[in-house]
Amino acid sequence: MSSTPGGGAKVAAALPAEAVKISVDPSTEPFWQAARERRLVAPRCADCGTFRLPPTPFCWRCQSAAVDWTELSGRASVYTYTVVDGYPGLPGITLVPVVVDLPDAPGARLVSNVVGVDPADVSIGTELTVDFHPISDGWLLPVFRVFRVAGQPAQERRA
Amino acid sequence: MARHTGARDVAIAGIGATPYYKRGETAGQSITRLAGEAILAACADAGLSATEIDGLAFYSLARAGYGDQMEAGELVETLGIRELTFTAALTGGGGGSAGAIGLARAAIVAGDASVVVTVMALQQRMRLGTVVASKAATPLGSFVQPAGLAGPGHLMSLLTRRHMHAYGTTRDAFAEVAISTRQNALNRPKARYREPLTREQYFGARVIADPLCLYDFCLESEGAVAIVTTSLERARDLRQPPVPVVAAAHGGTREWGRGFSWFGMPDDETFASSGHQAVAGWLYRRAGVTPRDIDVALIYDHFTPMVVMQLEDYGFCAKGDGGPFVLSGAIRYTPERKPGSIPVNPHGGQLSEAYVIGATHIAEGVEQLRGTAVNQVAGAELALVTGGPAALPTSGLILGRDR
Repeated sequence: MSSTPGGGAKVAAALPAEAVKISVDPSTEPFWQAARERRLVAPRCADCGTFRLPPTPFCWRCQSAAVDWTELSGRASVYTYTVVDGYPGLPGITLVPVVVDLPDAPGARLVSNVVGVDPADVSIGTELTVDFHPISDGWLLPVFRVFRVAGQPAQERRA
Repeated sequence: MARHTGARDVAIAGIGATPYYKRGETAGQSITRLAGEAILAACADAGLSATEIDGLAFYSLARAGYGDQMEAGELVETLGIRELTFTAALTGGGGGSAGAIGLARAAIVAGDASVVVTVMALQQRMRLGTVVASKAATPLGSFVQPAGLAGPGHLMSLLTRRHMHAYGTTRDAFAEVAISTRQNALNRPKARYREPLTREQYFGARVIADPLCLYDFCLESEGAVAIVTTSLERARDLRQPPVPVVAAAHGGTREWGRGFSWFGMPDDETFASSGHQAVAGWLYRRAGVTPRDIDVALIYDHFTPMVVMQLEDYGFCAKGDGGPFVLSGAIRYTPERKPGSIPVNPHGGQLSEAYVIGATHIAEGVEQLRGTAVNQVAGAELALVTGGPAALPTSGLILGRDR
């Protein structure tokens, strides 16, 4: 996997499928099953409506175990990020690991990657949209691309 | 002058350590050998026989580093401990290092044990950051590791970026932590690094997880450190001047929780922090002192920005002012403490002396209060020792001088 196609600017990638192995438990599996259908979902407490990520057995606010799995729009914004050149066994890869806020799941954050962009074009507040990236064992990983309105440059929300 | 407030019912009576080695140098030794050598040295320092130990107060679940384990039974077997009446560990990881002395105190105050050893032994059998790709993440880890966050420095780079964004902190502040800590190691016989670090070297170094570069990371060293805690009364009859435990605290709040394994901390105040605010408040309240009363700070320095954030969380400067505070020279060691300054890690810390998961900081706190430190802060009466910024528990310890 080259992150500098054509020798031009760096392009952030996600780890190749064989380098990412996840595991699931009953609390987290619906998230991954939905991702396999290219849907981004988050657990919302069925009693008090509080979102939480990652999915855990109980609602931190009211301790209920009841969950509504809520489908999200896939829109997100960069809360913080880093740029990592190289990964064990993948010296040429460039990664932009990111923590995102999810506007339609307030209070819940996801840790993911921004892909398909020059890392220099990522900053806090950059608007993103979800995509799905193959990982081991047939699962798909939610990753993010910079959100662009057709014909316009990337949108940025200056914090 | 709050000189004699706080608990002061137990005291550290002995400290001991192995030499500090580079990665791989102790590969032929067992964890019990390393830990035992440090324990025997600490007992000799206290003027006690190892057979008199009756308590073990570990942290990090009694893990020795990342993959290995310290075993109470093995220590009893080989050290000739006659009766073990207390053996326990704080949960979590390096966050509990300073708090383990509070666990020792709990055992002694409860009457469950009288001579309690805290020990950490570390060998670098696996390199943090190279093992992640090969095995499946846990169900919760599956929400972090796939992003390529291969080691703790990668995780903390995300907090660091947010601190820079929220407060205008620059890499100069992290360079100052690395350079000033190195300066403190130059005259220390056991330090792994004894050459000055220049700004050119710092800014020319490989960036590992932007904005963190090589010199923002602590050392990959090996070795062991042990601490003997007993009642203040008994400590007064032993070989060394007692170093009373003024206060100890461990734990944390929901808003921090798993911290940089979770990333759900609700606001900049907690996200761009060391997770220590709550522990700091409990610690000062229990000690009956304020940050201004602290003479020397032994701050857990696995990554330079986390030193800056701890200085804020422990109230040495306002939240967000950590960068300008360190750049003012306020953390530099000088034999006479200057007003408004706080000497940080005069032992060279984990960045330059040795990384033994927080245990060297406790030992240095003891030396400062005995008045025997290599880089002694003149007349030090109170030392702050912190555990690692980590998933909770985080922890802190205030040590004092007897009478």
